[in-house]
Amino acid sequence: MTLAWIAFLPFLGALAPALTIRLGRNACALATGLVTATALGLLLSLAPQVMAGQVVTARLEWFPALGLNLNFFLDALGLMFAGMILGIGLLVIIYARFYLAKADPMGRFFAFLLLFQGAMVGIVLSDNILLLLIFWELTSLSSFLLIGYWRHLPEGRQGARMALTVTGLGGLSLIAGLLILGQIAGSYDLSVILQSGEAIQASPMYLPALLLILGGCFTKSAQFPFHFWLPHAMAAPTPVSAYLHSATMVKAGVFLLARLWPALAGTEAWFYLVGGVGLFTMVFAAIVALFKDDLKGLLAYSTISHLGMLTFLFGLGTPAAAVAGVFHIINHATFKAALFMNAGIVDHEAGTRDLRKLGGLFTLMPIAATLAVLAAAAMAGVPPMNGFISKEMMLEEAVGAQAFGLTWLVPAIVMVGILFSAAYSFRYVVGVYFGPKRESYPSKPHDAPFGMWAPSALLVILAVAIGLAPALVAGPLVNAVSAAVTGGTAGEKYLSLWHGFNLPLAMSVAALVGGGLLLAAHRGAERVWLAMGLPDAKAMFDKATEAAARAAQRFTEAVHNGSLQRYMFIILAAAVIVAMAGFVSADYAEGARPTLPAPGAAVIAWVLLVGGTTAVLLGHRHRYLSLIFISVIGLIVSLAFVFLSAPDLALTQISVEVVTILLLLLALNLMPKTTPVESSGGRRLRDGLLAGLGGLGMAGATWALLRREGPPSISEFHWANSYSGGGGTNVVNVILVDFRGFDTFGEIIVLGIAALTIFALLETAGRGASGRRLAAWSPDQTRSPEHHPMMLVVATRLLLPLALVVGLYIFLRGHNEPGGGFIAGLVVSIALLMQYMASGYVWAHRRLPVDHHGLIGFGVLVAALTGLAAMALGAPFLKSAYEYVSIPLIGDVGLSSALAFDIGVACTVVGAVMLALHHLSSVAQRAEKSPGGDDLPMDIDPSRAVTPPAPAPAGEGA
Amino acid sequence: MSIEFLVSTAVGVLSAAGIYLVLRARTFPVVLGLAFMSYAINVFLFASGRLVINQPPIWGKDVAAYTDPLPQALVLTAIVIAFGMTALVVVLALRTYLETGTDQIDGLADRSDTPQPPPEETAVLGPDAAPSREAGR
Repeated sequence: MTLAWIAFLPFLGALAPALTIRLGRNACALATGLVTATALGLLLSLAPQVMAGQVVTARLEWFPALGLNLNFFLDALGLMFAGMILGIGLLVIIYARFYLAKADPMGRFFAFLLLFQGAMVGIVLSDNILLLLIFWELTSLSSFLLIGYWRHLPEGRQGARMALTVTGLGGLSLIAGLLILGQIAGSYDLSVILQSGEAIQASPMYLPALLLILGGCFTKSAQFPFHFWLPHAMAAPTPVSAYLHSATMVKAGVFLLARLWPALAGTEAWFYLVGGVGLFTMVFAAIVALFKDDLKGLLAYSTISHLGMLTFLFGLGTPAAAVAGVFHIINHATFKAALFMNAGIVDHEAGTRDLRKLGGLFTLMPIAATLAVLAAAAMAGVPPMNGFISKEMMLEEAVGAQAFGLTWLVPAIVMVGILFSAAYSFRYVVGVYFGPKRESYPSKPHDAPFGMWAPSALLVILAVAIGLAPALVAGPLVNAVSAAVTGGTAGEKYLSLWHGFNLPLAMSVAALVGGGLLLAAHRGAERVWLAMGLPDAKAMFDKATEAAARAAQRFTEAVHNGSLQRYMFIILAAAVIVAMAGFVSADYAEGARPTLPAPGAAVIAWVLLVGGTTAVLLGHRHRYLSLIFISVIGLIVSLAFVFLSAPDLALTQISVEVVTILLLLLALNLMPKTTPVESSGGRRLRDGLLAGLGGLGMAGATWALLRREGPPSISEFHWANSYSGGGGTNVVNVILVDFRGFDTFGEIIVLGIAALTIFALLETAGRGASGRRLAAWSPDQTRSPEHHPMMLVVATRLLLPLALVVGLYIFLRGHNEPGGGFIAGLVVSIALLMQYMASGYVWAHRRLPVDHHGLIGFGVLVAALTGLAAMALGAPFLKSAYEYVSIPLIGDVGLSSALAFDIGVACTVVGAVMLALHHLSSVAQRAEKSPGGDDLPMDIDPSRAVTPPAPAPAGEGA
Repeated sequence: MSIEFLVSTAVGVLSAAGIYLVLRARTFPVVLGLAFMSYAINVFLFASGRLVINQPPIWGKDVAAYTDPLPQALVLTAIVIAFGMTALVVVLALRTYLETGTDQIDGLADRSDTPQPPPEETAVLGPDAAPSREAGR
């Protein structure tokens, strides 16, 4: 479990900087550092086991059905990478504390950094490739945030976007590749995949999988032709470059190559693809690096070159080359991170990173200069630095490699690469620190504070130590990692500084001398380079993204033209076509289930329903009329439910019907009362055909369904357990509040959200253009002179207590007889709405000032607490408990915890219905401009019987 | 004439009406169309428990025959949610109408046939009123 914590700690810890930034920058950096240090401590506590050859694992089930589990494992390769990520991460945090300016929001920076760190650690510890993919994408996302950290800089935003596009697309390719790999191996667990190398390489899907996986690795590790994003990512703050673009993220691709080495390496395709791309990238980027004037640009191309070298080494496919690769990963991380920090120091102190404006800083910044000289020497491969040893090992492998049957080809190309490597390394040191002092530095350079150079000093010391005593310092780790990468085929390799006089040494010496000469001839070489005029990758990328954006826009505009009619037609036509295709492609046979004879009343109801529907279709332009016909249809549906043994549904349908019609009437009051003829005859014919076809299909499907026996239903369980388990005899209600209580819980939440959305839409209707239209609105219907008719007022007043009692009765009996929370809630709402209708919104609301929001919240809360109470008692969420209580006069009453849940349901329903209608009538009243004093319950005030009130002017009042 | 036939054809007629109305160019018929579709689909789902007469799903010791309670429970919540949906859509339609002065949804230029905001206010608040009409398209 420690292992899972190492991966999760940075994610959780990402909160720490965000919270501690209020305590100051030091506290923030300290908290961040503590998070990383804790993770590193946990990792180191596992190190002895791993170095002893054990593999530490942690397994947590996540989605076992998908083969996606939180499986982590730690072998030597994971240990090395995780150690690098956390170790260099710690140094970068210290460095960043001093690097970031006061104006930079440090809390955000460290939070992003920790998110990235967690994602990176996750990649190297994942045992499950699906999990690895998740972390992989997380590194793309978090690096996007980090590269674009200075969001005010356009280069930062563009660089971040480019990095996300390239690595994100690579991530998609990787997903496909790893899924194929998992299919071949039969498991998504790396430990299984690594064991099935032979089966994978024999599979016909090997090549597609390899290509797709390499697409992911090459984009992430900036291999040609996907390298161009890395130089543009240099717009990031330097700590980010030092961390992401030297030691960690760009190594993820190389890591995956190393990780999958046993499963994928060794074939010809692997050799030419991986080795070839790596070799080309190494040489090409080294040449470009020499002609970069920006320090970070130079380092970026140098990083691409070194990543190419690593790719080349793993591509060779021999165990010895893999050992060299592993060793160089460590070495590169040490000197390159140190150099990036150094470039940041120069930028910070001298105010520029432009090599043409720098020079002669050695005496002004002796510490930085010394560190830079040592680190650059390692980068150039000067003995006795660590870079020299791994370069020698690489050369040894290159000399032994042959491509296309030629033995000299690979060494010759490599020679060019190391020559330019030496040259650009020298250029960095000479260009910045040596030569004449300038008068024109943008600011006064002096050595940076301790906290800024100490991290790079530590890395340089490590680089020197590995160089002087490689077997002692790095030997055990390199051997353990090599064994892990190659599956034990590499054997022990004794790392040493001195390899004797051999061809690689001669090549090294030649490269260093040649590099020096090349630097001397830099000006001339630069002219040649500029004359060649290589294409600008950024311009090509911008052109490509612009073209893609234009194409996407054209497509969107074509499909999404703002016409709901078109969308609906596409959706419905697609549904009808798919359903019809299903029908046509299968054999239809008439079902054998016996039918029930229809009594005359049912036929009459059917005729009413079809007649009502036809009337709506013909007269839908007269909107009020349509509403009346619709209510007829609703009534017939309710009756059908009564007839077909569904009393609960009938009660629900009819009460919903009342509320819906009320709502539509209120809304229609403010809308046009007729629909103009707009559609052409052709369109109406087309829509009619589609509707006819859809209706025919629905009728046919229902008929086919009803003529067949269904599969065995789970309802028998509900029937058998309703009384004994749920304590109620109304099985529908027991299903709602107990068996499927969680569904109901969701339903009432949805209802509440709908009501709140209605509230939001109506509450703001008084503003802006909408408000002006409301103010200018005038009634377009003839108004009744009686606003609050006495008959209606008296009748609804009398009905109110009765309706409330009925609601209560329906509620209480709901568990055993038809009824329940939904229906009771609707009935109570109707009882209250009647008062609104009779005496107007203002009068009613003043006498019933209920907070409908509160009612919805209360309902959901009660329902949730009921469910949680069951959990507190050890039962599943919403499992009901019940007891029979004897109440005098009334008799035995079943008291069930489901009753409490049903209270929640009823409250939410009342709250939602009232909130919607209440606000709708309030908007209507605002539009009608009723006088504020509209506080009379009815038009005729009995208390002023002697002098009748003056008749209200027509067209006013509610 | 069987009950099954009546229910099937009723579902078909309701669906057809729903589809036709949903394809109209103004908001209110679309709301009506959605109501029709709700009827059709609720009855269809209910019918998936097969049609049974006089056997309500009320448990009793001696009751042996009963209709399937599960579709009923599902349809009951569906009816309530359909109400929520209809209410939301009609209020959305109302607000859009108030905001833009038209209830068209055919993606064509507004053909406003309703009283516009008073001219003097439009003149004052012209720049404000213009974008909201844009947004409604």
